[in-house]
Amino acid sequence: MTPDAMTPDALAALKRAGFSRRSFLQGTGALIVTFSIGEVLAPLDARAQFGGEGAPPDSPPAGEVDSWIAIASDGSVTAYTGKEELGQGMSTAQMQLVAEELCVPFHRVTLVMCDTAFTPDQGVTSGSQSSPTNFNHKGLAQGAATARQALLQLASTKLSLPVDQLTAVDGEIRSKSDARKKIGYGELVAGKKFNVKVDPNAKRKPASEWTILGKPILRPDMPELVTGRYEFVHNVSVPGMLHGKVVRPDAVGASLVNVDESSVAGMAGLVKVVVRKNFVGVVAQKPWQATQIASQLKVTWTPGPGLPKQESFYDYLRNQKPTRDTLSVNSGDVDQKLAASPTVVKATYHHPYQMHGSVGSSCAVADVQGEKATVWSPSQGVWPQRATLAMLLGLKAGNVRVIFRRGSGCYGINGADTVTYDAAILSQSVGKPVRVQLSRKDEMAWENYGFAFVLDERAGLDAQGNITAWDHEAWSPVLGNRPGYNRPGNVITGMLAGFEPQEFRPRSPAPEPATYSNNGNSVASYMAGQVNGKAYGTGTIKSERSLIHNTKSYFFTGPLRSPQRLQNTFAHESFMDELAAAAKADPVAFRLRHLSDPRLIDVVKAAAKAANWDARPSPSPRAKKTGVAMGRGFSCVAYEGDNGYVGLVAEVEVDTATGKISVKRIVVSNDCGPISNPDGLRNQCEGGALQGMSRALGEEVTWDDQMMTSIDWRTYHSLPLGFDVPKIEVVLLNRPDEEATGAGETTITTVGAAIANAIFDATGARIRQIPFTPERVKAALAG
Amino acid sequence: MSAITLKVNGSTHTLDIDPTTPLLYALSDDLQLRGPKFGCGLGQCGACTVIVKGQAVRSCITPVETVQGVEITTLEGLGTIEKPHAIQKAFIDEDAAQCGFCLSGVILTAKAFLDKNPKANEKQIQEAMSRVLCRCFTHTRMLRAIVRARQEMSR
Repeated sequence: MTPDAMTPDALAALKRAGFSRRSFLQGTGALIVTFSIGEVLAPLDARAQFGGEGAPPDSPPAGEVDSWIAIASDGSVTAYTGKEELGQGMSTAQMQLVAEELCVPFHRVTLVMCDTAFTPDQGVTSGSQSSPTNFNHKGLAQGAATARQALLQLASTKLSLPVDQLTAVDGEIRSKSDARKKIGYGELVAGKKFNVKVDPNAKRKPASEWTILGKPILRPDMPELVTGRYEFVHNVSVPGMLHGKVVRPDAVGASLVNVDESSVAGMAGLVKVVVRKNFVGVVAQKPWQATQIASQLKVTWTPGPGLPKQESFYDYLRNQKPTRDTLSVNSGDVDQKLAASPTVVKATYHHPYQMHGSVGSSCAVADVQGEKATVWSPSQGVWPQRATLAMLLGLKAGNVRVIFRRGSGCYGINGADTVTYDAAILSQSVGKPVRVQLSRKDEMAWENYGFAFVLDERAGLDAQGNITAWDHEAWSPVLGNRPGYNRPGNVITGMLAGFEPQEFRPRSPAPEPATYSNNGNSVASYMAGQVNGKAYGTGTIKSERSLIHNTKSYFFTGPLRSPQRLQNTFAHESFMDELAAAAKADPVAFRLRHLSDPRLIDVVKAAAKAANWDARPSPSPRAKKTGVAMGRGFSCVAYEGDNGYVGLVAEVEVDTATGKISVKRIVVSNDCGPISNPDGLRNQCEGGALQGMSRALGEEVTWDDQMMTSIDWRTYHSLPLGFDVPKIEVVLLNRPDEEATGAGETTITTVGAAIANAIFDATGARIRQIPFTPERVKAALAG
Repeated sequence: MSAITLKVNGSTHTLDIDPTTPLLYALSDDLQLRGPKFGCGLGQCGACTVIVKGQAVRSCITPVETVQGVEITTLEGLGTIEKPHAIQKAFIDEDAAQCGFCLSGVILTAKAFLDKNPKANEKQIQEAMSRVLCRCFTHTRMLRAIVRARQEMSR
């Protein structure tokens, strides 16, 4: 691994520090730190720790402080993290965390993200898990806290003062009583490593003492971004780099019959036509040449097996066999309670496949030379990517290095993993570095789509309008996923190259739930969430069942921002509104009556208060089905049951003549525990609100009998920058003494239902199918 | 292949390329500029936008032979990290980005519009941005930054 393969951030930091990371990790210049209160640590044999002779270092061990923090002789700090910046502000927040815990100025911290040669294996940056992982009791936070503890201990020896008379300030350890007695971190550490285990008991700074965390520090990458200097993966260029393009099948499920290489013979810049099982690609000298060659290459495919008709897809899905069934809760008495209830309400909701649809098509650069590979990838998981690349290329995992470079915003799994495989296969075939950027169609037609869903809800009301029982049953097709550590076939390139997607394992009926998990928000917030006689949920309804049937999808699926949580919550929160209307109750008061979780209750109240919620039953007394009707709707969620809390109010106008929905105002309240960066958090709430609007109002993947037909921005409808943007108000509930939770996916989870509920309030018409296109709104009004 | 002369951000470059090559490829591959981005290659999203003769132009569907010798400005040409243009400064001040991939299209489309319409109201600004995509949906901040830039630019 040569220095020129390093990220510029890492290089700059190491240069400043005057050492190379590898020699640092393998070096013997260890600091010997003895904790009076912690463990006594023996010097480590660095070679044994970080891999054998000649082999590149394996994952830096998460239990070592040196895996997270390095302090250079000038006192600058380099932090290493396995959680990456995707545009969500995670680099800024992590730099704030390190600066805070180490008591150094923010600008003195450099962050190295996700490089298999240097950073710990933290799996995938996803699922609103970066804050819980790195800001609570392990990972980066605990590594930095242990480093501060070690620095205090070292200074205690140097200054001959007990630790309790020392304090860490501004990159120095100072005597609390004598201002002349102090020593800088650079001098203390003197370019050596800590050689200290991460101490789970190292004291974290309480939020009440924060001076850097909790502040709206602007992102340090902004100046480069707005002036066109920032290096995205798309801008990575290595000497001798060639350009590749892939040729995907004509139809879903088609196999390769023949590639007629003579169709491109003699074309300018052609280096090679590459075929591996069903994978076809071309390599050329220049990117435009590769594009032209790929479009000219004559490839014959078998016809696909055919696709279910989109018009009747939801009926098809509901009846599809076999299924894999999962019960999240089952009190066993739902049917009996429903039968005994004076009022039973039923509704069915539909959610389409949607796409990540990154604004930039995915790109990667791979340099596969003999037994070794270096890859620059926008993948959300460099370590899993390394493992599956090794399978794909037939190399040892230790000989593959994956370096994260930011791609276009991805919101889950866009083409990042698959394009990395494309570049790697093509590079291996020509023995030279190859850059691949997908075409718009290749990005959109073959990505791992967000899940389609059919969702049935049933509930009973007693004479007082209280919910007696709630039943949720849903159907959703799946195929592939993130590749993980061993499934390259979970994305299109891996499958074309001969790897199977993860097996679909039918299971019906579902086993009774053994442990409680509301990871997919299949349990509505108002259910008690009982397993083994104990209630884990956020609500009061004890007669409850939640059953999901997964079926096999024709299209690849994968996590799209708030996977399953968003679809389930759209149904739950729409249905809760329907129940409130049936009980003739105010939708907010009705929710509060059936909630038990104090944090969820607080965000509900906070959003209603900030929106000056008009407390009354829906529909509005002014509701109408002619002209322009106005209404307000409410929705809320405890994301994954306990990983972030949001309440959201949407105010809409419905043009009943055209069926067009205009959202005028969104008020969102958010509780994610202690707030690391309020400006970054607001940005996530605002973006989540608007992305949720786009998904609710316009986004739907379409297909014909053979192939996807959503292949560009004319056939997949994202709200452009110029749409009638609503006023967005964000209320932040800071909880400095709670655990950090996720915040990137909570807001978006609630938007669809809040808009549907507002449409109902405005017109008395209920819309139960996303997206709320003008045609569907008009149909609902007519119905 | 033929010799194509491009004037980009004040410098003149002569490239030996296929004259039908879209301008974007010449800028990002031959000249290694990072501002203009390939988003769709169809002129639909705006990520590739550059300013040609005062107009916001989609470089992914503009053959290089059609813009020979005329002044082309990319995001890099607007300002530097040390000395950003007023509109770039406004985007920094409003923290108006998430992934930042779309910024070339957003900022240059707005800049070309504001140069011609220095008194545009918010509704007109919104309309001018109606063909630009941001999939992170940083719309609120971006529109606020453009309004802020309008005030700065008209000073």
